[in-house]
Amino acid sequence: MTLYADVRVSRGAFDLSLDLTVEPGEVVALLGPNGAGKTTALRAIAGLLPVGAGRVALDDEVWDEPPRVFRTPDRRPIGVVFQDYLLFDHLSALENVAFGLRARGVEKHAARAEALRWLGAVGLASYARSRPRALSGGQAQRVALVRALATSPSVLLLDEPLAALDASTTLHVRAELGQHLNRYEGRTLLVTHDPLDAMVLADRLVIVENGRIVQQGRPTDIARRPRTDYVAQLVGLNLYRGTATNTTVALTDGGTITLAEPASGPVHVAFPPTAVSLYPEPPTGSPRNTWPAVVTGIEQHAHTVRVRLDATPTGPTTLLADITPAAVADLHLTPGQHLHATLKATEIHTYPS
Amino acid sequence: MSLRQDTRTGSVRRRTGGQLPLVLLLPALVGLAFLLVPLIGLLIKAPWSTLPSRLFSADIWQALRLSLLCATLATTVCLLLGIPLAWLLARASLPGRGLIRALVTVPLVLPPVVGGVALLLVLGRRGLIGERLDLWFGFSLPFTTAGVVVAEAFVAMPFLVISVEGALRAADPRYEEAAATLGAGRWLTFRRVTLPSIAPGVVAGAVLCWARALGEFGATITFAGNLPGRTTTMPLAVYLALETDPDVAVVLSLVLLLVSVVVLASLRERWISGLR
Repeated sequence: MTLYADVRVSRGAFDLSLDLTVEPGEVVALLGPNGAGKTTALRAIAGLLPVGAGRVALDDEVWDEPPRVFRTPDRRPIGVVFQDYLLFDHLSALENVAFGLRARGVEKHAARAEALRWLGAVGLASYARSRPRALSGGQAQRVALVRALATSPSVLLLDEPLAALDASTTLHVRAELGQHLNRYEGRTLLVTHDPLDAMVLADRLVIVENGRIVQQGRPTDIARRPRTDYVAQLVGLNLYRGTATNTTVALTDGGTITLAEPASGPVHVAFPPTAVSLYPEPPTGSPRNTWPAVVTGIEQHAHTVRVRLDATPTGPTTLLADITPAAVADLHLTPGQHLHATLKATEIHTYPS
Repeated sequence: MSLRQDTRTGSVRRRTGGQLPLVLLLPALVGLAFLLVPLIGLLIKAPWSTLPSRLFSADIWQALRLSLLCATLATTVCLLLGIPLAWLLARASLPGRGLIRALVTVPLVLPPVVGGVALLLVLGRRGLIGERLDLWFGFSLPFTTAGVVVAEAFVAMPFLVISVEGALRAADPRYEEAAATLGAGRWLTFRRVTLPSIAPGVVAGAVLCWARALGEFGATITFAGNLPGRTTTMPLAVYLALETDPDVAVVLSLVLLLVSVVVLASLRERWISGLR
């Protein structure tokens, strides 16, 4: 069963019009700047906001189709993780997770047993009696996630699920969230303004700007072929999978990257295009991440030039570098040209995949 | 020279932290005295020598028991009707909400005697509704204990409604949305999410409501009269005693004062401070 959401909402000068589908088992990220209408779309699918026009349906089960049909949120098979989680402060973690089951008519003891099982699944069984206030940000996020999942919803909606966390916990929680989303068999819609969250967690990105979809597709495709400057800025990120052994990561598609900090096992490696520098000759002092590369494309953006490179066999297959127009002139950049690319190891982010 | 100045400003700054401006302190102390001196007067003028024998007169306990019972019942009535009313004012989109809110608070400014007269006109034996009640059920409110409860609830309800409405407005409605996405209908959401989150406001309102009902005089004597054992609450007994035996009035006042202070102080510490 596919979630179809043709969401059209007008509010004063702001006008939202998105047409989305989410397949079972798929994670779709709605990515865009603040005020783009992402959260409005999520609220409309949840039924917290009626659409002005359009249609929200799970296959042929219509949830919202003005003017005739409107199902209130409590009659939609959904689970929502809110940005600041909205855990009920007067209830324990266990009662929070059991709330949805109880509301859907599950008997008290069965609901509590099921809630405890869910808490156990995210390693929080020993926090069952804790009040939400007593939990750390990461723990509260996990409670919010299992509270949403406990009712076995057909559609899982996540509104900026990582935005309320501090940077040090985000890495860990993001990896964990990814695992839970992989295991979840329903349809997931993730709203985020963070390209990294979107690219790591989602199977498909839908990029929204001013209430409209500007591009959608697989994260790697979008990163390689951004259709607008905005998308290029947003997802302009070099992101690779690989296996780390100490400070060396063997990339899945060939080539290696050297890290500043040791890591191990399967990892994601990410760095911004601004971390890549280009030289006509091998640079002196030989930084560890130096690869011979061929220019495959040049794009002019607002203040920078994005260069696409192929650094095989020693480096990544596709590599994005942002350089200044002046540097383009110095290097006499043309497609097919051979250069040397270096990467600052300190700008590399690594996280378990 | 400059060093001395620095140290002086430093010490001045340290002292100002704990110092209250005199402009505020003086009126504050006068205000405190204004509230406390009459109560102290009551203590001084109390007939301490005959107090024990007077305390054990049956009349006092009868009036006290009736007062506590009626105030508690009136508070219950206010809770049952006032919380839904507050919810309506805070959450529903109803036309003329400002006017309704103003009308709800009218009993606050209305002299209680006027309230009593109004109740008589509506619920009295000849009243708009009272006549029907009498005709159909043989049931009449004025000059009964139930009448006392009605009079007290009428006067005290605005305190509860205002307090609960304020709490509802301060409560984050997104928690109710979260409950809805978890499958909870509006009634379940209200019971399990909204009500617990505004509990401090409800308790504070109930305490104010109870205190107002306990001290109610004007509406009670107008609507329910003064029948010992049935409608003579403590304030009525005090007023009555003042004409016959002022010493008894003082003793009654002391008992009422003691009960009020004990109840309010214990609740205030636990609940009203928790509101902030």
